[in-house]
Amino acid sequence: MTTKKIARNLMLAATLATVSTVTLAQEKVKVGFMLPYTGTYAALGNAITNGFKLYVNENGGKLGGRQVEYFTVDDESDPAKATENANKLVKRDKVDVLVGTVHSGVALAMTKVARENKTLLIVPNAGADEITGPLCAPNVFRSSFSAWQPSYAMGQVVAEKGYKKVVTLTWKYSFGLESVQGFKEGYEKSGGKVIKDMTLPFPNVEFQPFLTEIAALKPDAVFVFFAGAGAAKFVKDYAAAGLNKSIPLYGPGFLTDGNLDAMGDAGKGLLTTLHYGDGLDNKKDKAFRQAYATTFKSQPDVYAVQGYDAAQMYNAGLKAAKGDLANQAEIIKGMETTKVDSPRGTFSLSKAHNPVQDIYLREVKGGRNMVIGTPVKALADPARGCKM
Amino acid sequence: MNSQLIFKLVALALLACVPLTGDSFYTELLAKTLILGIFAMSLDLLVGFTGLVSFGHAAYFGIAAYTVALLSPGYEAGNLWLLLFASVACSALAALFVGIFVLRTKGIYFIMVTLAFAQLAFFIFHDTPLGGGSDGVYVNVKPSASIGGWVPFDLDTQAHLYYFVLVLLVLVYLFLSRILQSQFGRVLVGVKSNEHRMQSMGYKTFGYKLGAFTLAGGLAGVAGFLYAIVFGFVTPELLSWHQSGNVLLMVILGGMGNLIGVVAGAFAFISMQEIFASWTKHWQLVMGGVIVAAVLFLPGGLAAIPGRIKRALQGGGNDE
Amino acid sequence: MDFASFLIQTLNSLQYGLLLFLVASGLTLVFGIMGIINLAHGSFYMIGAYLAFVLSSATGSLYMAILLGVPLSLAFGALLEWAFFSHLYKRDHLEQVLMTYGLILIFEELRSLLVGDDVHGVEIPALFSGSIPLSDVLSYPVYRLVVSAVCIVLAIALYYVIQRTRLGMMIRAGNHDRTMVEALGININMIYRVVFALGFALAALAGMLASPISSVFPNMGSHVLIISFVIVVIGGIGSVWGALVAALIVGFADTFGKVLVPEISGMVVYIVMAAVLLWRPEGIFKKG
Repeated sequence: MTTKKIARNLMLAATLATVSTVTLAQEKVKVGFMLPYTGTYAALGNAITNGFKLYVNENGGKLGGRQVEYFTVDDESDPAKATENANKLVKRDKVDVLVGTVHSGVALAMTKVARENKTLLIVPNAGADEITGPLCAPNVFRSSFSAWQPSYAMGQVVAEKGYKKVVTLTWKYSFGLESVQGFKEGYEKSGGKVIKDMTLPFPNVEFQPFLTEIAALKPDAVFVFFAGAGAAKFVKDYAAAGLNKSIPLYGPGFLTDGNLDAMGDAGKGLLTTLHYGDGLDNKKDKAFRQAYATTFKSQPDVYAVQGYDAAQMYNAGLKAAKGDLANQAEIIKGMETTKVDSPRGTFSLSKAHNPVQDIYLREVKGGRNMVIGTPVKALADPARGCKM
Repeated sequence: MNSQLIFKLVALALLACVPLTGDSFYTELLAKTLILGIFAMSLDLLVGFTGLVSFGHAAYFGIAAYTVALLSPGYEAGNLWLLLFASVACSALAALFVGIFVLRTKGIYFIMVTLAFAQLAFFIFHDTPLGGGSDGVYVNVKPSASIGGWVPFDLDTQAHLYYFVLVLLVLVYLFLSRILQSQFGRVLVGVKSNEHRMQSMGYKTFGYKLGAFTLAGGLAGVAGFLYAIVFGFVTPELLSWHQSGNVLLMVILGGMGNLIGVVAGAFAFISMQEIFASWTKHWQLVMGGVIVAAVLFLPGGLAAIPGRIKRALQGGGNDE
Repeated sequence: MDFASFLIQTLNSLQYGLLLFLVASGLTLVFGIMGIINLAHGSFYMIGAYLAFVLSSATGSLYMAILLGVPLSLAFGALLEWAFFSHLYKRDHLEQVLMTYGLILIFEELRSLLVGDDVHGVEIPALFSGSIPLSDVLSYPVYRLVVSAVCIVLAIALYYVIQRTRLGMMIRAGNHDRTMVEALGININMIYRVVFALGFALAALAGMLASPISSVFPNMGSHVLIISFVIVVIGGIGSVWGALVAALIVGFADTFGKVLVPEISGMVVYIVMAAVLLWRPEGIFKKG
């Protein structure tokens, strides 16, 4: 080899050595996703992941100035496996932040694991009131909503329309029951009355007996909570039974989100409440939708927004701690005090770490959930039972 | 016999070394596998030795787990030994009660009726206020092992918890081995091969079958008890037919009628899940493929593998 | 509950029961005639529903989807029998449970790979998309009545084939004594293939018919599977007539249970099953 070549090779080696030591010294931040990637909620798990990653990409591929390393566990929406799945990320992969999940039962188990191990947890969907209620903790945050919030807002909307007698129907599990509870609180304080609460076992979708019962009771309006395929089926069954002509149907946004295609014409004109919707008139949302559609070749939904905001929240916390992954107290303070510039509108976090946000009224028009008003602004979940 | 004993001791020694690695995640995973091993052994008593195919065995596992969760005081430690006694007693009693009814049926009907009762138990926990409904119940504090003041070990230390599970596994194994060698056990095996013959010899086979069913339920309860303690979270899914199906799979995979085999079946099942899941998100496709292939090409389960290898090595002469 | 509501709930029960019958009929045939426990039966229902979705999206019509879907199902059923199930006849129940359980996993993941995990709707043909008013607030969807009618027609056709045709005779004979039938020169393997294909197609057709009502979504076969087994066991394994009676019983128990005893409505079906089995351990109508 010539002297020139030797010199060049030496320089190359030296550069490589320096670069690699520098990269090694720059520890990556480990983000652990525990979400459903198979089964009924797979679409939601994917949307949340996409939203999160979109923010990271927009932020130069970094959070708090550090490169991001992702770990993923498919929770299959199975509460029975939840604890071990969470342990995979917390104990095996030793993630810095745990992000998940969709199903409330699984999220409750995750919250427990996070509390025991003091791992930072951001819940990008599961609305169980307990997570920012009795199970609240300094290291537990939520970027989505509590079951109470959208339903409470709907209660107020229904009361303002002057309906005196309402019947509710939902699945008999915590999320459904908490939603009905929230609705009742918002509705009954204005003088109306819920004359009957009906439930069916989760996830049963044979609704005919209940439709017949509703027809027999003849209320002024009906409030329901269902989500996913069950929601699509219910709305279709309700319309097929002709009930929508005389007894208007209301529910939180989960009734229609992601289901409009499956519902077809049956969903036209349905009014729902949620902290997000289509046709929001803010710059951030327009930019977000554009970026999402270009990157993932599909339209974003509320779940993508929640994933996106989870990343924003964590980034704010890490920045406040100047990238120091070990300084959890500073990270938490940073997250608690941040104002999240979300596509849904700006929101901050309550003391129990749940978003304090505007709830929109949406109407199904042209195959989309169009925002037609903001019945409640800056609604905070009462966080009953939280001792923080 | 000797080579088998050596094999068992080596395996035991290896298992005993796991907590020494200090890896918290894998220790817990192995503890779970051992718990499923106990569960599989209890079912093997019924399926492999007595010839009773129960498709509802998860019910007794779940009942014991719920007993632990419901009897544990909210935020303090319950007593380990009392909880052990209570949960095993509950699951054994439930098995006794169900057994009186289901053992009147045979064959495919027996399979279906055991499933029906398991579903009943599932819905009792899922739909009534008895448990926490579909959201489950938590065991917030691990029970204390104190016997009148003396505390032999502390379950909050992971190594102690692991060894507690391992010791119970060994005890259940030894217990079952003794039972199977006793007259009771031999009658059971006789019932499996030809019940009429046993009856014509004067044995009241119903009583023996009921005994086996109750015993199997109680031992499944030991596994359920351990599960509640290790994971601290109990849901109705523990009683679902999927769980009953999974444990049946472990028994079949391991080779029925072989206690060590079914523990190996539990290991195989968990290992496959973990390994395949790390390859692809569609791991269930691989799992399903392996199961189908195993049935088509490997009758006799894992326990038959050593035999097959031996025969193949001895000069693949006549096939059975 | 007033009389009008009672009548309507009865109608609901009948419609639900008839659809369940369609799914369970295939299972009882396969179970009874070939003695195979097939846990993948719920997956067959799911395959039918997804077929309806894919074909109706492609052709724009549910009629076309069913017209194409039924022969496809028969062919696929025969293929499955040849590839997997034919090996199970001589094996015991456990191995059948195991292998069909593996098949469930395979089918569900293939579905995820091929069609994805989203929820999809299927359009009801325009002719049947109306509703018949039953009271001043409540209407009954015409499509549900049509599905019930189709189920009744199929039930009669099935009865006719099994009781009155040569094929049916061979099937019933093969059920009783396989060796004898073979000795008489009848190709029992062919018969089994036909029966299995038929069982598959019945479940798939149920899925196709139900798809506009239930939508098409992951894991949709799971609940149907367990209910089908309950029906088959209550009615008596191998008895099509028994499956019909049992399916109607389940339809009524579930419907009225939800309205009258909502606390335990999930359990009602299993309580009924346990009660029937304790009264008659082999089901209401024994084989035949």
